[in-house]
This record gives sequence, structure tokens and C-alpha cells, in this order.
Amino acid sequence: MRPLDESETTQVFEKLFKFTGNNLKNIVESPSHEGPDQNPGRYCFRLHKNRVYYVSESLVKRATNIKRENLVALGTNIGKFTKSGKFHLTIQALNLLAANAKHKVWLKPTSEMSFLYGNDVIKVFSMSDVPLGFGIAAKSTQDCRKMDPNGLVVIRQADTGEYLRSQEEI
Amino acid sequence: MEDEEVEVVKGKNSQKKASKKEKSKEFVAVNKKKKNEVLSESDMEDEEDEEMQSVDGDEGGDSGSDMSSDGDDAFAGDFLQGSDDEEMGSGSQSDLDSDDSDIETKSKAIDDAKEREEKEALDELRLNIKEAPDEFRLPTQEELEVEARGPPDLTGLQQRIKEIVRVLSNFTSLRQEGATRKQYIEQLKLDLGSYYGYNEFLISSFVEMFPPVELMELIEAFEKPRPITLRTNTLKTRRRDLAGVLLNRGINLDPLSKWSKVGLVVYDHQVPYGATPEYMAGHYMVQSASSFLPVMALAPQEKERIVDMAASPGGKTTYIAALMKNTGIIYANEMKEARLSKLTSNLQRLGVTNTVVCSYDGRELPKVLGNNTVDRILLDAPCSGTGVISKDESVKTSKTAVDVQNCSRLQKELILAAIDMVDANSKSGGYVVYSTCSMMVIENEDVIDYALKKRDVKLVPCGLDFGRPGFVRFRESRFHPSLEKTRRFYPHVHNMDGFFVAKLKKMSNSKAAPAAAQVAEDGGSEIEPSTIETPAPQSNVISKKEQNKGSRKDKVDNLSLKRKKEEKPNAPTEKRKKYKPPPREEISKAREEKRQALREAKKKGKSKV
Repeated sequence: MRPLDESETTQVFEKLFKFTGNNLKNIVESPSHEGPDQNPGRYCFRLHKNRVYYVSESLVKRATNIKRENLVALGTNIGKFTKSGKFHLTIQALNLLAANAKHKVWLKPTSEMSFLYGNDVIKVFSMSDVPLGFGIAAKSTQDCRKMDPNGLVVIRQADTGEYLRSQEEI
Repeated sequence: MEDEEVEVVKGKNSQKKASKKEKSKEFVAVNKKKKNEVLSESDMEDEEDEEMQSVDGDEGGDSGSDMSSDGDDAFAGDFLQGSDDEEMGSGSQSDLDSDDSDIETKSKAIDDAKEREEKEALDELRLNIKEAPDEFRLPTQEELEVEARGPPDLTGLQQRIKEIVRVLSNFTSLRQEGATRKQYIEQLKLDLGSYYGYNEFLISSFVEMFPPVELMELIEAFEKPRPITLRTNTLKTRRRDLAGVLLNRGINLDPLSKWSKVGLVVYDHQVPYGATPEYMAGHYMVQSASSFLPVMALAPQEKERIVDMAASPGGKTTYIAALMKNTGIIYANEMKEARLSKLTSNLQRLGVTNTVVCSYDGRELPKVLGNNTVDRILLDAPCSGTGVISKDESVKTSKTAVDVQNCSRLQKELILAAIDMVDANSKSGGYVVYSTCSMMVIENEDVIDYALKKRDVKLVPCGLDFGRPGFVRFRESRFHPSLEKTRRFYPHVHNMDGFFVAKLKKMSNSKAAPAAAQVAEDGGSEIEPSTIETPAPQSNVISKKEQNKGSRKDKVDNLSLKRKKEEKPNAPTEKRKKYKPPPREEISKAREEKRQALREAKKKGKSKV
């Protein structure tokens, strides 16, 4: 387990920035209540076996005496680095993102299920405050209204259905 | 004319009643014996007495018939009372009606015959009922062989099981001549084994733990699944909100019980309850009700250090995190790699951020995390799983005595490791909760007793007021009396899986056994020698039996502890090295020495007195 180096840190932050914008500051600076100390420490990122974890410092301190091959996970896993060095966000980062996201899309209940099964979102709008996943908007907000019914609105990157579909990969 | 006839008939009836009483007198004399034998109502006997008296007293007298009429049917009573008035006159009238005497006698004969038939039928019925329990006798060797050859006769088996249970519940009166209780129980074991599919070991263990009627209830309960329960994740939602949302989705549910604020029980569901968006957003966890209990007993506080030694699939770990509100730190340990991914994904799904997951053998954890560092530990030990037969029927046939012994050994090592990791001086903690989903005494009370002997811990109440107290003694083993603070849960009593929970508090960080510590506290009081003597012979007897059974470890512990008491009564608490059982010759030598010492002490005692 080691802290991220320069290039890795920039990659991670870039990705996060896409979703959260200026709220990125919140993520890095928010006080953490984990750990048995009275004073809340800060959060930091750590890399372990190609996975990036967002953990509070006190947790990190106490996890150092666990050997490398025996440590499995820490805090929240937000993403992993692929073999070619690119960084992908995984679904576990959802909690973090949802609190700080800039753009939100609300889904109707029917398309909700479809999204969770792994499909992209077709143009419909309604209310549902449960965060389901995230993706890349294919069109801007204005364009969405004009689009034909079968056009894609959000290209899905990750959704909570993955917890059921691909448990092992997590 | 009609009136007359009616009156005549009535009068004749009353006469018949009188004559019937004569006959019934005979019957009574004969039947009284038989009826006395049968477990019959005393009412009947009272009736007989009354009738006897009335017949003896005044045949055909008004008062006599009055009394006896009360004993007979109310209908007849009214009849008679109605006709009493006429009886006075009937005597005179009977002379007038001698013309109709033929018909009268005929009808009288018919009525008599009918009465007699009814009486006989009643007696036969009583005889039959009485004979039926005697009818049941144990099948002989030949019958069993014949049965074994053909396919098992299920209805016959079930019938026999029921009969045996009935006999056993009222053994002294219903037993067959010459059959011992043991024979009945052996037959019951065989039948239960073949009817329900249990192996010999498991059914014997259950027979040892429960009386026959309760045993049947338990086995029936194991055949049915327990209700599905969910646990609300209080990190993300509240139970009321979640219940509302799920009801809208079409899942019929209710709050679990008054002892849980986060449990929900599912009655039926139109959509899969494990695949709703709320599930995937981590608002709840599918978890059996019995798994709530050890975490409730643990009662983790915020900002504590907690270790969950066998964490997968993560239901209890996430509950702990929810109770701590994501503060403090949890070390979730799981030895088997295959189960790790489930654990991590559950942790992430439910939004738990204060957990470090590692994969060690639980016995090595003290080396990694250090001794005396942790506030509370939950040890949901790997066990034989005899309490969850409703979920997994293969346990019925696959578990043997060897499996259970292995589990027990592992559990003993794990619990010692857990106790070593806890910090006795922690401000808010110092607790270890030990739980298993098994009902075997070897895996439950035995392990706790072992821990009490080996480390300076004591049992405290679990905080679960329902549930049966654990066994303080079981067959030939005698456990520490505080074991009644542990709790056992059964499927047929509490409608949840068979479970065992115990909460230990660590008193001090020394690794000495409490016996040495206790003795030091008592000081060299006069009470000591006698206390050593009286438990010693008992422990000798126990140790002999235990050796015969083959579990040497506990007995040797007892021996060495008692020896230590006798040799160094005032020794301060010492750090004992890792205990290794001495070889057989030494044990027998030690026992001989002890016996000698006892005899001498007794002689001394006698001479003193």
C-alpha cells in the first residue's frame, strides 16, 4: 500500500473533476470521523494492488502492520488502474460522487430497472433520489429535449446493478 | 283413553327403570373392577355409588328413583320426574291394564335388550381404549429384520415414532413389561433417523439434549425454513422509510420483533427482494434474524476499535459499522479467499468506510494486530452448523463426532486468540462475544468453560432477555455456574435458527488462569483445604469418565490446576507458559499421588474430629 505518485494522482483527480467539478475540494478536504481518535483526521488516497482507496488517515496508520498479501481492502475503493495505466472509476465511488456531483439525471422507474441491468439511458425524465450509477452524458441538456425517443442520453459507465452481476470483479 | 295409555307407558317406563337398576346392579358389581383399572372419570364411579345406594335403599321408592334419575341421562330424569306423580297411581292402574300385558312385556323385552346392548358396547369401548396403549410393544428383532429388508414404511414409522414418544412421556404407566427406557429410546433413534434422514451421531446428540416431546418439535421445526428477514442499513435510511418503499415495490413485510429496531420480516414478495434498487443502493441487507443477536450483544460504541474475526459474508460486520455510525475502526478478517470478494462488495455496497479488510488465519491475528490493543471482538466461530439444518439439509448426514471435535478444537484456539487481543483496560470495552450457529454442547458451553479456565475472563449477561440460558451441566460434564448467562436459541421456540451467544469480559491483561489468581486473592484461609478436597474427588470421577470418552484436554487442565492449588496455595499470579498435556504415565502417576494425598487428608481430618 503506498500513496499515489504524481501521474497517478493527476489521473484520479481529472476523472473525479469530470463528475464533481469544483466540489472536488470537498472530497479531499472533508474531515473524517473514522478512526478511534478524537480529532477527525483527513482523507487520503492510497494505492494497493492497482486499486485506489479513499481512506482516512487514522485508518491508514493502523493498517500498516497488515502484510501486503493479506490486506484486501481499506475504506472505500474508488477505482482501479488498468494494465495500460488508465484509471477507471468503479461503482463503489458512487457514494462519494453522488454527494458532490454537479450534473444529475433523474430517471423514471421503468427505465431505472433498465439502467440497472446495464443498458444505456434512453430519453426519459422523472424523479428518483436514489443514486443508481454514473455515466457520460451524450448530449447537452438542451439537446436532450429535442432528441428523438431512441437517442442515448447517458452512456452508462457504472451502475449499482454491478453489485449483483459482477461481484467477483469488485 | 289415550291419556291412560300414555300414563301407562310412562308408568311402565318407570318400572323398567327400576328393573334396569336391578340389572345394572349386577353390571355394576362386575364392571366396577374393570372401571377402576381404567383411567376413567370419577363421575362414573360416583354414579355407580349413587345407583348402588339407591338400589340398596328403597327399590322403586320415590326418593330412590329420584336420586338415580339424577345419575342417568337428564332426559330420562325428566321423564321419570314427570312420571313420579303418576307412579302413585300407576300401581292401581297396572291391574286395570292386564289385557295389554302381552304387548307390554314384548316392548319391555325389546327395551331391555336394547339397554343391555348399549351397556355392553360401552364396556367394550372402554376395554378397547384401555387395551390400545398396551397393544403397542417394541418390535422384536425378527420384525426389525423383516422391515430392514423391504423399503421403509413411512406411515408405519411415523406411527411408531408417535407411539414411542407417548410412552416415554408417561413411562411408568404406559411401558411394556420388561422393556427398559433405553430400548425405547434406541428404537426411537433408529426410526427418527430413517424417517427424517439423520445420521446416528446427530440424532443421538439431539436425544441427549431434549426430552422426547420437545425433540419432536425441534425436528419438525428443522424441516421447515425460517422466515426471510432483512436488516435496514441505518447508515443510509430508516426502517420506516425502507418499509414504505419496499411495500410499494410489492414486498409484503412487517417489523421483525420488539427486540430489534432494524429488522424486517418478509412474508411474500412479487419481485425478488435481493435485486431491488434499494438493495443495490445498500439500504438493506438480507440477513437471518439469529445473526442480529451477537452484534446486539456486542453493543459496539462509537470510536472504538473492533475486530470481526470471521467476517464473511459481512452481515454482522456491516451491522457493527452501522451501530458505530462509521466511526472508529473495524478490522474484518476472513481466512478463506473465496469468500473475500463477497465481504468487500457488501461493505462497499452498504457504504461502510471505517473498515480494513484482511485475510489471515484468525489464530495469527494477535501477532499482526498486537496483544491488548482492541476494545471489542466478535467471534462468530466456524462451526458444524447443526443449528441451521433448515437451510442446509446435508448437515443431517455429513456431520460426525470427528467433525464436531475438530471444530471444537479450532474454536478453543480462536477464542484464546480473541481474548489475547482485547485490552482489558480499555475505557469502554474489554468484551469478547462468542457465537456459533450450532447446538452441540461441545462447541458451545465447552469452549466457554475452557476459556474461563485458561484466561482471566468472566461471563457477563448478553443483554438479550429472551432465549434459554445455556447448560450449566450436561451429562457428565460440569461447567462453571456462570454459564447460565449464555444464551441458546432454538428454531421451535424462537422461530430462528439454532444459535448460541456468550459475552465475556476480560478482567486483566495477564495470561494467567483464573484459578491461580483466585487462590491468590482468597489467601491462605482455612476454608481452602476443604474446598480443595471436596471438588477434587468429584473432578477425579469426572476426569476418569472423560478420559474414557477420550477428551483428555479438559481433564488434564483440571488436574494440573488442582495440583497447582495444592502445591502453591499462596502463589501470586504467574505467567504460565503455553500448556502442553503431560504423557499418559505421568497422568496416572499424578492421579495415584492425588488419591494417596486424599486418603491421608481424610484420615487426618477424621483423627482431628
